[in-house]
Amino acid sequence: MKKSYQNLEDNSTNNMKQVIYRNLTSTILHLGFILLLTFSTSVIAQEGDPANGKALFNANCAACHKLDRDMTGPMLRNVEARLAEEEGLDRTWLNSWIRNSSGLIKSGDAYANKVYNKWNKTAMTAFPQLSDQDISDILAYTAQPKPEPVVLEQVNIDGGGGEAGVSNNLILGALALLFGLLALALILVKRTLNRFAEAKGLEVVKEKRTPLWKAFAQNQFLLLVTAIFFLLASGYFVYGYLMQVGVDQGYEPVQPIHYSHRIHAGDNGIDCKYCHSSARVSKHSGIPSLNICMNCHKAIANVAPETLAEGKSEYGVDYDAEIQKLYDAVGWNGTGYTGESKPVKWIRIHNLPDFAYFNHSQHVSVAGIECQTCHGPVEEMEIMYQHSPLTMGWCINCHRETNVKVKDNGYYTKIHEELSKKYGVDQLTAAQMGGLECGKCHY
Amino acid sequence: MHINMKTSLKYIVVLVILVGLVSCKKDSRPNYQYMPNMYEPIGYEAYQESDAFANGIEAQLPAEGTIPRGDFMPYDIPDTNDGYEEAKVNLKSPLESTEIDYAEAKVLYEVYCGICHGNKGNGKGYLVEREKILGVPSYDDVGRAITTGSIYHVIYYGKNTMGSYANQLNENERWQVVAYVEKLKADLEK
Repeated sequence: MKKSYQNLEDNSTNNMKQVIYRNLTSTILHLGFILLLTFSTSVIAQEGDPANGKALFNANCAACHKLDRDMTGPMLRNVEARLAEEEGLDRTWLNSWIRNSSGLIKSGDAYANKVYNKWNKTAMTAFPQLSDQDISDILAYTAQPKPEPVVLEQVNIDGGGGEAGVSNNLILGALALLFGLLALALILVKRTLNRFAEAKGLEVVKEKRTPLWKAFAQNQFLLLVTAIFFLLASGYFVYGYLMQVGVDQGYEPVQPIHYSHRIHAGDNGIDCKYCHSSARVSKHSGIPSLNICMNCHKAIANVAPETLAEGKSEYGVDYDAEIQKLYDAVGWNGTGYTGESKPVKWIRIHNLPDFAYFNHSQHVSVAGIECQTCHGPVEEMEIMYQHSPLTMGWCINCHRETNVKVKDNGYYTKIHEELSKKYGVDQLTAAQMGGLECGKCHY
Repeated sequence: MHINMKTSLKYIVVLVILVGLVSCKKDSRPNYQYMPNMYEPIGYEAYQESDAFANGIEAQLPAEGTIPRGDFMPYDIPDTNDGYEEAKVNLKSPLESTEIDYAEAKVLYEVYCGICHGNKGNGKGYLVEREKILGVPSYDDVGRAITTGSIYHVIYYGKNTMGSYANQLNENERWQVVAYVEKLKADLEK
């Protein structure tokens, strides 16, 4: 089968007389030669593949270089052309710089030393593993023209939202119209009936009644029931009001920098403890210092275009401007610290009264409780708010229901054994280990 | 009769006022408190504003030249290229092999490092895969050839785009993470 195809192909392409002994090997040789030709030409021409170059650039260079902005190292858009034009340096120089920049500096090369000194004598990491082809690919990627800034289709997004609103309003309007027509129809029916009655000479008897409110006021039993009802209802509301004084559940202040937990902890999956590192080891969960923001935001000055559009349309926030607020506060000019910093006045949300003691490390590190147990779905919160009431009843409830994590914790082995004997249970709750004692939290 | 009507009217008024009070509560402002002087601390709270210090912040840096009590060892190697080279060659871990808790170090690594460097140390963390942070090298990168000392030095000071993790990990934790990174490097080189 295969052979016959091969023969057919040979016949058609070569347009030769049928050769009886022509076989598979000759065609393979033929194709191989063509392949070899194409491959060798590409090696000679050093044509890079920008797609592969992008992957290599992102893996090796992007830690220090951006295409259109200086970072730890200079920006690299059209670096090869710029070097050739301005310094007369060719690919061989670039190759030796990329593979071993410090060697080139030591050899006394003038431009290598100039660059080294210009960038605070930070040596570029050597990349001996990059082949000629790899470097061609990377340079082909850097030589690509700068993409036009994506024009955000703000109008479209807004239009979409507006349409939804319009259709909602339309439905409501139609409903109102329907009810209006119904009412009108009823009135008309009544009038027509009255007219019929008149025409037939029937008199519609109008009884003289006491007004409703007077009847109500005269009925003492009804008054008593109403009074009791109002008393109970107002008691209910007064109790509810008094009980929520001092409880800040749902407190959602406007922070000086719009920080989205949804993007950081949700979309990007950054662990809570990455920023709130002191929750592991101290009483406080800690408000991250700005240098922790800068661990990532040194490299991330702009959010992705679709994130920016989403922020503007859904939350009315320009995320890039918020990152800029961070840079202003920490004194970052894009490549280095200016030394002029100012504190960010974050507003504290979760606040226990002074007479209650709470320790994060005991709950996070020892008990191994998820942050979300108390703080709610933070990874979905665009704006942080207080999820739990943080009342004493709420604490006690959890202490009563939660089993203490005694596994792999030598500290608890003995007391666990004794207490489980005392209570006759397998699993001890926090309450059974003294989690309800007054002095644990109030002293 | 008349009195009764008036009382019920009063209740209605009270009710309306109460409902009004409850609905006035705004989420952008903290709620009212009973006896705020029992709620508000007299002592300084962490991060609060305070007139006690010149810059108006309660949280102060330790006075220069002071060290905390306990088995604290200052890190003397400076944050320079020479310091990096020195640490790379000379700095060794103070931990005995028995003091290394790989399970604990793994937890720390995956919180603080894995998000960029990848949980296997191959430079392909979640943020790299999402192209948020780029150019994170694999630990077996030949050009960098990381060593015990250079890993610690970079965790302590940061390097290039990476920031310092000195305030998120204490000295012992840093050395634990160094040991774990070396283990990942060995696994990658296998």
